Parts: sequence; structure tokens; C-alpha cells
Amino acid sequence: MDKIKGYVTGVNGNMVSVKVEGSITKNEVGFIYVGDTTLKGEVIRVNGDIASMQIYEMTNGIKVGDVAEFTGEMMSVQLGPGLLTQVFDGLQNPLPDLAEKCGFFLQRGVYLDPIPNRDWDFTPCVKVGDKVRPGDAIGSVPEGLFEHKIMVPFGLRDKQWTVKKIVDAGKYNVRSTVAVIEDEKGNSKELTMVFSWPIKKAITCYDKRLRPDEPLVTKVRCIDTFLPVAKGGTFCTPGPFGAGKTVLQHMEAKNSEVDIVIVAACGERAGEVVEVLKEFPELTDPRTGRSLMERTVIICNTSSMPVAAREASVYTAVTLAEYYRQMGLDVLLLADSTSRWAQAMREMSGRLEEIPGEEAFPAYLESVIAAFYERAGKVRLRNGKVASVTIGGTVSPAGGNFEEPVTQATLKVVGAFHGLSRERSDARKYPAIHPLESWSKYTGIVDMDLVNKARAILFRSNEVNQMMKVVGEEGTSSEDYIIYQKGEFLDAVYLQQNSFDPIDAAVSPERQIKTFDVLYDILMTDFDIEEKKDIRSFFNQLRQEYLDWNNTVWGSSEFEAQERRLIDFYKSKARG
Amino acid sequence: MQKVYTKIESIVGNVVTVRAEGVSNGDLALVGNSYANVIKLDKDLVSLLVFAGAQGVSTTDQVRFLGKPMQVSYSDNLLGRIFTGSGVPRDNGPALTENMIPIGGPSVNPSMRIVPKNLIRTGIPMIDVFNTLVESQKLPIFSVSGEPYNELLARIAMQAEVDIIILGGMGLKYDDYLFFKDTLERSGSLSRTIMFIHTAADPIVECTLVPDMSLAVAERFALDGKKVLVLLTDMTNFADAQKETAITMEQVPSNRGYPGDLYSCLASRYEKAVDFEGAGSVTILAVTTMPGDDVTHPVPDNTGYITEGQYYLKNGRIEPFGSLSRLKQNVNKDTRDDHRALMDAMIKLYSAFKESLEKKSMGFLMSEWDEKLLKYGDLFEKEMMDLSVNISLEKALDLGWEILADCFEPNETGLKTDLIKKRWPKELSVAEEK
Repeated sequence: MDKIKGYVTGVNGNMVSVKVEGSITKNEVGFIYVGDTTLKGEVIRVNGDIASMQIYEMTNGIKVGDVAEFTGEMMSVQLGPGLLTQVFDGLQNPLPDLAEKCGFFLQRGVYLDPIPNRDWDFTPCVKVGDKVRPGDAIGSVPEGLFEHKIMVPFGLRDKQWTVKKIVDAGKYNVRSTVAVIEDEKGNSKELTMVFSWPIKKAITCYDKRLRPDEPLVTKVRCIDTFLPVAKGGTFCTPGPFGAGKTVLQHMEAKNSEVDIVIVAACGERAGEVVEVLKEFPELTDPRTGRSLMERTVIICNTSSMPVAAREASVYTAVTLAEYYRQMGLDVLLLADSTSRWAQAMREMSGRLEEIPGEEAFPAYLESVIAAFYERAGKVRLRNGKVASVTIGGTVSPAGGNFEEPVTQATLKVVGAFHGLSRERSDARKYPAIHPLESWSKYTGIVDMDLVNKARAILFRSNEVNQMMKVVGEEGTSSEDYIIYQKGEFLDAVYLQQNSFDPIDAAVSPERQIKTFDVLYDILMTDFDIEEKKDIRSFFNQLRQEYLDWNNTVWGSSEFEAQERRLIDFYKSKARG
Repeated sequence: MQKVYTKIESIVGNVVTVRAEGVSNGDLALVGNSYANVIKLDKDLVSLLVFAGAQGVSTTDQVRFLGKPMQVSYSDNLLGRIFTGSGVPRDNGPALTENMIPIGGPSVNPSMRIVPKNLIRTGIPMIDVFNTLVESQKLPIFSVSGEPYNELLARIAMQAEVDIIILGGMGLKYDDYLFFKDTLERSGSLSRTIMFIHTAADPIVECTLVPDMSLAVAERFALDGKKVLVLLTDMTNFADAQKETAITMEQVPSNRGYPGDLYSCLASRYEKAVDFEGAGSVTILAVTTMPGDDVTHPVPDNTGYITEGQYYLKNGRIEPFGSLSRLKQNVNKDTRDDHRALMDAMIKLYSAFKESLEKKSMGFLMSEWDEKLLKYGDLFEKEMMDLSVNISLEKALDLGWEILADCFEPNETGLKTDLIKKRWPKELSVAEEK
């Protein structure tokens, strides 16, 4: 089939208008030939025979009359073994390979194959005559820690296909044919280990979507106990600059109990990606004892990289996540930051001269954000396995004001809200998640009734604190003062967590349940102390004992000894 | 062949349009005698942004397309020279045309970046001790108009231990330009300095070129193994110039009139800060004035999301609160064993001083501890925070110990015992020894 061609009629920033000779599909990918480089772009509007393309590169040097060529395919990613441990840009270009080829700088118009060209040990799991459907496995290869399932491409017609040929177990190149399948009309299809999938289309080759009801353990106390996240759920982390969004996400990426983590650095600082790049290969995953990098894929389109590719990067990331879910794995996608992605949409919308909504964001902002988060989910696959994609996105609201459109649109669709506050980060209270303003609709590892009672004390404590600012300590009753101290205590020993301390950085769910029990008992105990001075010094001592407990190794004799000391100490002051 | 076009279709703001063929996006053109940049193509209608401003451009003026993008000369001859935003000499030296390099080049591949690890000494205790500047860092100086931010930049330019300084001035008052020139000349730093200066009286379009010119040159020097420090003042003027152009081009404004791509615009400049493995580095210090001392104003707000921390300049001092160098942890563990601990202790005590000060102003009774803190706060502000203080990092740390010893008993500082034994400048009393 001849490729549809066209020629450039106009350039405005990264939007190029092309007069097309032939038919054209919205969102199909095209290339523009500029001298000896080709620039990739996507058709985002068609008007008569003029197609508006957003170009994923800088548009310098494009002339009116330059030739354009269309592929007939939507913006897609390559799916196959070898994706793990890699670092891609928003268009799935492998960055280290690109560096090898082009040196320090990102040369435009260079597109490399994301799937490493190598052999894999293929083991078939179907035989000739078997019936398969798109998304069913025909075999597997070992990729690091996982059995990487080789599947029937999701893009084929959703019918029964018959396996006509399947190779024996052995070493095969990733692009060599491993099977031939045929539909009822006799159309046959050769399958390799690699196929492509359009990034803006959700993968739905599963049996059923389930309710996200199993907690996803992040080992951050404040999240797991108070503001839990569920496998297959969604959560967002808005916060002003300097509040520790990225540090918190890195903690989640390191410690979360999932099979695969996909980190999408979307329009943020390049330096932060470098930290992940240098740090993760050094860290070991406590679950497997292998390097953390072996379960990680990084999609990185940092702030100075082309804006249109930034828009694509979150979709690239979520598509990879869905691909691994299809193999029966639990995947966590962390996107930092979705505001930059929304801004990329805003830039494009402005160039298209669309009527702007609030703060010049396009009117479709909410529906696009909702559609993105809806790609998370816990599903039952056709083989009965349960797998999930969980999405956590940071939001960078302008001026730290949560009233802005991106934060509000995100809050409408997520299941948990971890709002970071400047006050807490200024006071060095990390993680700076605001315990009173944040919420979660999921159930965590601890009985939520007890958690809510603990939270109620936190609310009361905050009220007393506000009141004390007016009437002073002397105008506050001892009962109120104790409640205030209890709230401060809860904050200091449980909500705050030291991400640099080897023990405190990651707290197992068993330990959280145990320590929360003691904490809860302290909060509910009626203490028999009258003088404010004594109350203060009692809680200071109590805090010290509890923090010491936090710093002992779980299950060690020191842990038990310190637990005894702590309990003896507070029971001694308990009333009755 | 250069074709000459003589029919200008429209002149709006600083943008002229002309009908022409075979023109590339981003190319340079001459409108009359002044340079212009192709910013939009629509069939044969070409929009040009005239650097010198469209004032006085006539519809019969000649337009010539040069067939190349905006470039700047790069060689050692640049050192000691002063140029305008479009690269024309401001001093009386010759125009440089050799070895032209394009400006606004591609971004560095993130996988080629390395973790920054060298500090840059400035001789200013509030920077060196409390928020260390790190090679390849990008840091803004948030400040209100009227603060001595240009004096601070000039001092850093004179004292910083780097090979080359590039000063990009945007919307500078002419006095300030002369101040920079004189100060650097007097200190003998001019020979390692290159200046791209846009003064407030110059055409606004040139203002938008200054960062690109400065950073393109800086990047080349860094690739040639030089440690380059780029000083930009003031990025708010740059953003305002971008706003002006965007509005002329009838772009939909997003926040307070600024274009929707303000973040990308600033980021593509700031992200030029880099440490090249096996070569030099680019470090960026940029002044961002906050209109009305409002950190949520779009320019400082977007900047804060891009940069690796910020210095707050307030009342002629770098504020310890609010100022932050995100990369200081990478370097301050290797300077001296007491650096981190002393830094934390002094800041905590200064914060306690602020509380005491507040109590005092509300008329509460001052305890003995409060009095100590008040004394400490005064000393700290005078000897450490004052911008005229100019001492090395080690001297500053020693001074820190002396201030502490002047005001407090060792156990009041919250410092670890072994550090106190090693560094406390006064004789420890017998009781303390135990």
C-alpha cells in the first residue's frame, strides 16, 4: 500500500499544518522530512485536506512545502521482552542507546528500537490446534525475575484463532517467528515476541474488572495505616514546590510491595531522574534480593525535552503497565508530575486556537485526566489470575493552591488524596502529607474504625492548638492539654517517618499493626497528670521511648524490651 | 542566493509579516537593517519577530532571509567582551563572526548526566555554610525589587572559584550595567567574563535572546572543559518580555497574562545547567524578582518547580528560612566533619531566636534563655548573615563555633559531645569535661 503523503503549509511552534493528498486518520503518526532528518508527529486535527500535526521535536528548519508522510498507524509502543530495567523517553526511545549514538545531546529525528535485539529462551505453552484469543499466552521467556508471557497481539480481531504452527522450546531471536495462527476465515498471522499497541487505547483483553479491595503496602506508615492505597486503585499527591513530592514518590517506588514499578518522570527536573538512575541499580529489593532496577522501567521526558513527547509519555507509561498486568503481575505506575502533562495539553490547545477553559486549560482537561486514571484497575484475566495497575500521580499546583483546575480535576477521579503541605515541610515534618486534609476511600491494613478514632483525636488536638494560640497555655484545661499532647505525639511518632534511617524508612505491615495497637491504646488511655509542666515532660519522655522503639529491629530482643519499657512507662501514669 | 522581499503585509507590535517562499521556521532575516527571527509560517505568509522592535519599520522596507538560524560566535576572543542580546558588541571592540554556533540547541540526554559532587566556594557564609552552591546546580535568587541582588551577583562573580563567568543582563538599568562593568574591571575579573547585556532602554525582543545566547556560549566552554558560572539578572524581565511577545502574537494567556508555555520556556533555559562527564560544567544563578514579594506569582512559582532550591534575599540578607539548596547534601558531608551538625544547630537556635523576638515584641517577659538567644541572634545576623562578610568556609565554621561559645554553654547547643570536645573554642569547665 502506498503511504499517504502531503506537504507542509504552515508552522506555528510545535504545530505544523500539512495539506494531505489522500485519506487521513486522526491521531495517526506522520513524519516530516527536513533536510536529512525526519521528525515524528501526530495528527491532532483534520480540517478539510489540512491536517494539524503536533511534532514531537523542535520545529526549527521546517519549510513550507516540506514533504510529510503518514504511517496509517496511531502513536504506538513496542511491547515485548527486554523492557524492564530500561530508560526510555516519552516516545519509547531508549536513552542510553541514544547517548551511545549521539553523545551528550538529544539529537532530534533519531528513533531507535526500544526492544533489545537479542535471543531469548522461549518455552511454548500451546500446541498446534489450540484455540487462542488476543491477550492469551502462547509461551514465555524468562525476563529477569519474571516469566515474561509471549501473548497473541491485543490488536488482532477478538475472535478464536487456531494455532497452526508453534516452535519447540529453545533460543529464538526476539523478532523471529515463533508461531502462526489462523482465524476461521483462513487469514493467517505470523507471531514474533514483539508487537505494537497504540498508547492512547486501554488494553482490555481481560475477563472482568474487579473492585480494588486489597491494600497496596508502601511501607509508609502514614499512607498504609491512615491514608491507604489499594492495588488497582488511584491516588494523587499534590503539593507546592519543595514539599517533598518527588522524595515521597521515590520512597514509594523503592518500598512498595508490587511486582513492577514504572516511573514516569514527566516534565520534571532531569537531576531527579539521574538520582533514580544511579541509586536504583545499587539498591536491593527486599522481596527478591535482586537489584531494584530489575523490576523498574523509567519513562523520562524531563522539562527541557520536547513538550509534545511529554504529553505522550504518561500514555507510554500506562501502556507498559497494562502490558505487564496482562501477564498476571501487580504494577505500580508513578507519574511525576501530571501538571506538566496537563500543561503540555494546554500548550497544544493554545496553538490550535481552541476556546480556553479555566486558566487557559482546554475544556476537555477533566475528561482526559479521568480517562487516564481510569486505566488503572484490578482485573481477573481469562486464565483466572488477578492482576492490577495502580496509578499514583503527583500534581504541582500553581502557587501551591489546590483550587486550580488540574488538582480539582484529579481529585474527582482518584481514590486517595495525599495532599502535601508547605507548613509541614517547612517544619521538617516528613512525609509532609497533611493528615487532616488528606483522605482515602480504600481500606488499609488496620481496622479503619480504630484509625478513624485516632484521627478524631488528631482533629481535636488541632482544635485545642488553635484555641491555645488565643487563650494561651494557662487558659487551657488539663484534659484539653492532654488531648493536644496526644495529637502531637501521634504526629511525631507515627505520621512522621525518617526516610534516611535504615530501619524507619520502610515499615512492614506486621510492624505497623503491632505499633499502631500500642499507639491506639496510649491515645485511648486516661492519664492521671494535673500540672501542664508534668504533662509536657511526660509526653516528651513517652515520645522518646516510642521513637527509640521505632529504631529497633523488628522482632529482635531489643524490640521486645523497648516495647515492655514503653508500656510500663505509660501504664504507670494511667488513671485507675 | 538571497532573495529580497519588499512587500511587508502587516506590522503588529514587534511582529511583521511578509509573503515569501522557501523560508525555514526559526531562520534569521534582515528587516531593513535589523535582525529578525521567523516565528510562524502560514502558507507563504511569514511572521518575523524584529529584534530591534518594529518601530520605524516601513511597509516598503527590504526583507532578506539569511537561510540560517540565530547564531553566536564562540571562541576565546569572547572573554572580556560585552555584547547586546543579539550579539552585537556593546564595547568598542570588533564584531565577532568566526566559528558561529546555533543558540537554543537540544537538551542534554538525561542518561548522560551525573550526580553533582563539587561545591563552588563563594566566600559568603550564608551560601557556603548554610546552602552550599554545587557545580551544575541551577538556583534562583528570589528577591523583591530594591534588594541588592545585583551587588550580590557581582560579588559572586568576583569571588566564585570558576573558570569563566557569563553575565546575562535582562532589562538592566543602565546604572546597574555600569556598576557590573566597573566592579568587574576593578577586581580584574573582567578578563574571564563575557557579558550579554540588554538594558531597559533596549528593544524588548533582545531581552528574550539573552539567556539563549549566554547559555549557548556557556555550554560550548563547558564542553571544552571549563567550569562556567552563568549569572542571569533578572529572569522576571525575561518572562515579561515573553509575555509581551505572546500577547502580540494573540496567544491565549494562562495565568496573569503569561503564556501557557512559561514553564517549558524557563525550564529549557534552566535545564542547560549540567556537569559533563569528562569535561566542564554549567552552573546557573539567576535573579528572579518577585512582584509584591509574592512567591506564588507565576514567574517565581514556575521557577521554584524547575530549579534545585532557591536563595531568598530579604532586607539585604540571604534568609536562612525559605532558602534551600537541594544539592547541598551531595557536598557538605566531605567539607569538614562539623559542617552539617553546626549548620543544623545554628539554624535551630536562630529559629528559637526568632520566636523569642516575637515574644519580646508582644511584651512577654524575657527569661535568661531568651536573653541568650537574643544575644546570639544579633551576633549571628551581624557576623554571618551580613552580605559584606567575606570569609572562607573553614573560617566561617570557626566563626560559628565562636559565636556559639560566646552565647551558650556547650550543652545548650544540641551538638554532639564528641564534636564539642573537638571544636569548642573555649576551655571546657571541669564539670563539662565529665
